[in-house]
Amino acid sequence: MAQANRPLSPHLQVYRWSAAMAASILHRATGSALAVGAVILVWWLMALASGPDSFETVMTCLASPLGRFVLFGLTWALMQHFASGVRHLIMDSGRMYSLKVNAASAKFTFVFSAVATVVIWAMGYRMLGMI
Amino acid sequence: MAEFSLPANSKIGKGKTVKAAEGAKNIRKFQVYRWNPDDGENPRMDTYEVDMDSCGPMVLDALIKIKNEMDSTLTFRRSCREGVCGSCAMNIDGKNTLACTRAIEDVKGDVKITPLPHLEVVKDLVPDLTNFYAQYASIKPWMQTQSTTPEKERLQSVEDREKLDGLYECILCACCSTSCPSYWWNGDKYLGPAILLQAYRWIIDSRDEATGDRLDNLEDPFRLYRCHTIMNCANACPKGLNPAKAIAEIKKMMVERKG
Repeated sequence: MAQANRPLSPHLQVYRWSAAMAASILHRATGSALAVGAVILVWWLMALASGPDSFETVMTCLASPLGRFVLFGLTWALMQHFASGVRHLIMDSGRMYSLKVNAASAKFTFVFSAVATVVIWAMGYRMLGMI
Repeated sequence: MAEFSLPANSKIGKGKTVKAAEGAKNIRKFQVYRWNPDDGENPRMDTYEVDMDSCGPMVLDALIKIKNEMDSTLTFRRSCREGVCGSCAMNIDGKNTLACTRAIEDVKGDVKITPLPHLEVVKDLVPDLTNFYAQYASIKPWMQTQSTTPEKERLQSVEDREKLDGLYECILCACCSTSCPSYWWNGDKYLGPAILLQAYRWIIDSRDEATGDRLDNLEDPFRLYRCHTIMNCANACPKGLNPAKAIAEIKKMMVERKG
């Protein structure tokens, strides 16, 4: 039946995003971002083990505006991945499948990750005495 | 690997516009996916200006009006026009549903209509569902028994019968399966929500005696476990069913039978 010239019907190009779809796709995307984040963490740990000079270099990089931006993004990715991970865990136990509750739980992960990220960074700057 | 963009032969171009008859006052625009297997061209979106004063309330009414009065070359499947047969499943306004039960007035702006997503297009709004039906056959969608055939029918308690509610209503329109990103990327190996809901319909039927075999058949990284609870299936189902929930129940049975 398959013919070589038959086109593929549009999918991502036309499909309207729902909160649940966004939460699931973000779970994947933030998971990938955190894999990169793990490399940065290892880099930091290796510098820590190698002595004060290399640690100083890493800290200078991470404390730069770009470094802070990346770390801020990774904090958000971790919080979003954490929240949507717990959401998927609850769903794996057979709960939270009614459409309304499910959509609300997806939206909750977005609110949680945004608030948690800001709170964590505010606490960090507060510990440094900067705010 | 998932291919997020459309292949070169599937990119959608701009099509023609067909105006409503002179004097039409209440016009809605319908943008419809068109592809003709005979002209060797890419798909395009044609725009039809439909006079709503002489059109029924549902999207299927508009499609039939377009085919009857404006462009007889438009091709789509339809039969019962009341949400029972599942023939007119298509993507309307970004969501898979049945054209016959989707009210035009519920769509804001132009009504965009494309075939069910991520399938080979046979012509216009008609996708090739060969793989979908083959997957349905693969789950053996009929009652299997070993016990002696009773003189009359196999009886079922009221409680056991109730377990089939929310499952037997499935009309196999494929709205759910083709709304699922996992099915888009792995439709050759993943059975998809519609077929898994049907599988569950037989697994929990108290009269069926092949539950173990049915679960064995689904115990596979792709066939069942490509479901990542994205929930597009339940959000799309025009019959209000919840395939995601049915799949979750199958996954639970898999765990429970391991003890």
